[in-house]
Amino acid sequence: MNLTLKVWRQKSDKDKGRFVEYKLNDVSPDVSFLEMLDVLNQDIIHQGHDPIAFDHDCREGICGSCSMVINGSAHGPDKATTTCQLHMRRFKDGEVIHVEPFRAKAFPIHKDLMVDRSAFDRIQQAGGYVSVNTGNAPDANAIPVSKEYSDMAFDAAACIGCGACVASCKNASAMLFVSAKVSHLSLLPQGAPEKHERVLKMVAQMDKEGFGNCTVTGACEAACPKEITLENIARMNREFLGGFAVKRK
Amino acid sequence: MATATLTLLRSSVVKKAIMGLTGLGLSGFVLAHMTGNLLIFKGAQAYNTYGHQLTHNPAYPLIAIGLLALMGIHFVCGITLTWENKRARTQGYAVDAADQKAASLASRTMAGTGSILAVFIVLHLITFKYGTLYTITHDGVEMRDLHRLVIEVFQSPVYVAWYCFSLALLGFHLKHGFAAAFQSIGFGHPKWSAHIKCLAVVYALIVALGFISQPLYVYLVHR
Ligand code: HEM
Ligand code: FES
Repeated sequence: MNLTLKVWRQKSDKDKGRFVEYKLNDVSPDVSFLEMLDVLNQDIIHQGHDPIAFDHDCREGICGSCSMVINGSAHGPDKATTTCQLHMRRFKDGEVIHVEPFRAKAFPIHKDLMVDRSAFDRIQQAGGYVSVNTGNAPDANAIPVSKEYSDMAFDAAACIGCGACVASCKNASAMLFVSAKVSHLSLLPQGAPEKHERVLKMVAQMDKEGFGNCTVTGACEAACPKEITLENIARMNREFLGGFAVKRK
Repeated sequence: MATATLTLLRSSVVKKAIMGLTGLGLSGFVLAHMTGNLLIFKGAQAYNTYGHQLTHNPAYPLIAIGLLALMGIHFVCGITLTWENKRARTQGYAVDAADQKAASLASRTMAGTGSILAVFIVLHLITFKYGTLYTITHDGVEMRDLHRLVIEVFQSPVYVAWYCFSLALLGFHLKHGFAAAFQSIGFGHPKWSAHIKCLAVVYALIVALGFISQPLYVYLVHR
């Protein structure tokens, strides 16, 4: 298939950036989006230019590195799919495809399609953990947890922290990400004791990083490659308001 | 401690909860207001007597101040949120998301519909609350003849059109807002969310159509 790619090129966070057009011929419909970019990059390198920088690692939809916005949608048009799992057969012959980086003030652009998502790491560090004293690991079977709650926690834990929720939210809100991390830990007996403290700290860090506020548009849920649901945001709100009410200092 | 609490009070989650709670309060008010307006179909006496009793209720000043406060807080909080949200993405995308990953129009235009509603509410108060003071006597009680003012105002097609437009926007604001408010105060669950969304559509339709029926009825029937 023949395609026209309009790719965002930006030298650094200081550079203004612009779209550069690339004409691609004979693209195999069976390659993934990233493989298509690899082929294009080979061409660009052979012509002596700087290849398009983009993040990627596992290429199997589990690491959350492959951040890009394809024709206005984070990770492209398919539901529950990361860019690395998106195939070119999803596009029409002759199509013009716009490829942009995730755009949010809290995700500054490093170069081209690469953005700095360390704001997510700082939110995690603020409280997205379980404090465990050292000693022997407890017997897993001795910790009571219902099937329903372990399933809900598992669904929340499926979040790969890719940032598509931020990228697709018109407010660049990180609430879906933070709520997935909050839910994943608070739903399990190991994480429950610290749930109020955790949510207060993580939300505070989220706000500090400059993400926007949720307005319940649901764009994040639709874009999430791991299908994290808005239910988690409601849980986070509940736990935050509860934590705020009972906080002692 | 005080500063920590202040930071928490200013947090996104609290602001959203305030938005939701004030929004729900206002939603209750508009439903009651709309229902009261329907008395226009019963005639001048019922309409005026209702208005008279309402404004002469001892709790009236308190309720009025409360509503004004709800409106003010909702407005200021909404503008603050929108301002912060704009700053969270300084550069937009060249292309809009396609169908299945796009957000609904109502949810994307809350600040716009809300701002038009703010203008509408101010003009509405000027037109009616602070409009011409006609009086009439029903059953020996002298009271304000709001019925006459309403009939007078809605002879103008411009007023009728502006009201229909603004109240349709109110319905649009509520279609998203009523459902979103539950989510914001922490009430979102797979078992209930779909029903709440459905309820929001029904509620918004009832409020908007109920309100719009009054100017239309006056314009078409009371010539
Ligand atoms: C004074 C003019 C108004 C303005 C400027 C305004 C603005 C807004 C904005 C910007 C939002 C979105 C906030 C968010 O979702 O985070 C919102 C939500 C909402 N509005 Fe309004 N609004 C106005 C009037 C009203 C009225 C008259 C009602 C009810 C009759 C109402 C009910 C709601 C509800 C229920 C929400 C949902 C809150 C939430 O998302 O949790 N608003 N408003
Ligand atoms: S490269 Fe790991 S999820 Fe796409």
